Amino acid sequence: MAHIELNNELPGIRGLMAYRPETEGPLNALAEVLLRGENSLSRGERELMATYVSYLNDCFFCQNVHGALAGHYLDCNIRHIDQIKENFQQADLSPKMKALLAIAASVQKGGKYVTAEQIDHARSEGVTDTELHDTVLIAAAFCMFNRYVDGLGTWAPQDRQFYVDRAPQRALDGYRSSVYK
Amino acid sequence: MAHIKLNNEELPGIVGLLNYRPETARPLLDLAETLLRGPSSLSSGEREIIAASVSYWNQCHFCHTSHAAAAAAHLKSGLNLIDDIKAGLPNTPVSDKLRALLHIAHQVQGNGKNVTDEDIAAARKEGATDTEIHDTVLIAAAFCMFNRYVDGLGTWAPGPNEAYAEMGERMAHVGYGKY
Repeated sequence: MAHIELNNELPGIRGLMAYRPETEGPLNALAEVLLRGENSLSRGERELMATYVSYLNDCFFCQNVHGALAGHYLDCNIRHIDQIKENFQQADLSPKMKALLAIAASVQKGGKYVTAEQIDHARSEGVTDTELHDTVLIAAAFCMFNRYVDGLGTWAPQDRQFYVDRAPQRALDGYRSSVYK
Repeated sequence: MAHIKLNNEELPGIVGLLNYRPETARPLLDLAETLLRGPSSLSSGEREIIAASVSYWNQCHFCHTSHAAAAAAHLKSGLNLIDDIKAGLPNTPVSDKLRALLHIAHQVQGNGKNVTDEDIAAARKEGATDTEIHDTVLIAAAFCMFNRYVDGLGTWAPGPNEAYAEMGERMAHVGYGKY
C-alpha cells in the first residue's frame, strides 16, 4: 500500500499520475520527448539508458516497465536485458552505447561524477553534443522518476511477464495514453 | 565551460541548457511552475525551501542558491536565508510540519526507499496532508533530476549569494512558465 491514499488501484507511477493530474502532464511530456521523440539515439537505446539507471537506483517498477520496452525495441528478452544491466561492458552493445551508459552511471551517483575523460571517450566513439545532453537528462530524469515511485511506496506487479506483455502496445500508444490503459 | 558547446555560454546553470534544448525545456519549466508556484496548501516559500535544501544536499551550488534566493523573495526574508537553509534553518521561523516534510525530502534525496512509515507518520502528526506529502516527495525527486542535469553537463554558476538576488525575484514573481 502506498504511503498516501491514491483512490485508485493503478501500479507504480500510473497510480500517482491518476492521483495528481496537474503534475502528470509535464512528467509525461518529458518522458515522451526524451524517450520517444525524434532523436539520433534510437528509442531502444534510450529505453535501455532509462532501464539501467532504474536498476542502479533499485527501482523494480521502473526497470521492468522500461526494460520490457527496451527488449521490445531491441528485439531481445528479459534475460538479455538483465545481463546488460549486470555488466554492460561485457554485453553485445556498440562502443558508443557503452560510453553513454558509463556516463549515465556517473549521473546516477551525482552530476559531478561525470568526468572529462568520460566525455572525451564518448566523443571519440562519435557521440554528438545533443546525444550527450540527452543521455545526461535521461539519467537525471530517471533519478527523479525512481524516487517518485519508491518515495511514495507504490505497488508493482511482481510477475515480470506483465511488463513484457504490455510493452508492444505502450510502444505504440506513448506515455500519456498509458496511464489508464 | 560546460561539457557541451552551448548556444550561449554566458547563460548560467540550467538557463544555458534550456536555451540549448527547447524541446525538453518546455516540460521541465512546466514541471517547475506547477510544483513551485501552482495552487498548493504549502506556500511557494515553503516549497522553494524544500527545493533549495535538496539541492544543497546534492551539492548543487547553482540550484541551491537560486532557489534559496527565490524562497527569500517569497518570504521577504533577506538573502541570509541562503546560508540558514544550508545550516538546517536554525534562525528561520518555519513550522514543525515543514521540518517534518524536509526530513521526508532528505530521505528521498538519498533514495525513494529510505522513506519509512515512521517518517510519514511524523509528518501527519504535524498536520501534513496526503497532497502535501505527495508534493514534497515529487519536489525532492525533481530536484534530484535538476541538480544532476545542471552539474552533469558541467554548467557554470556565479559564486556569491548576491549574484542570485535578481534571479530569485524573477523566479518568485514572474515564475518558470514564461521563460
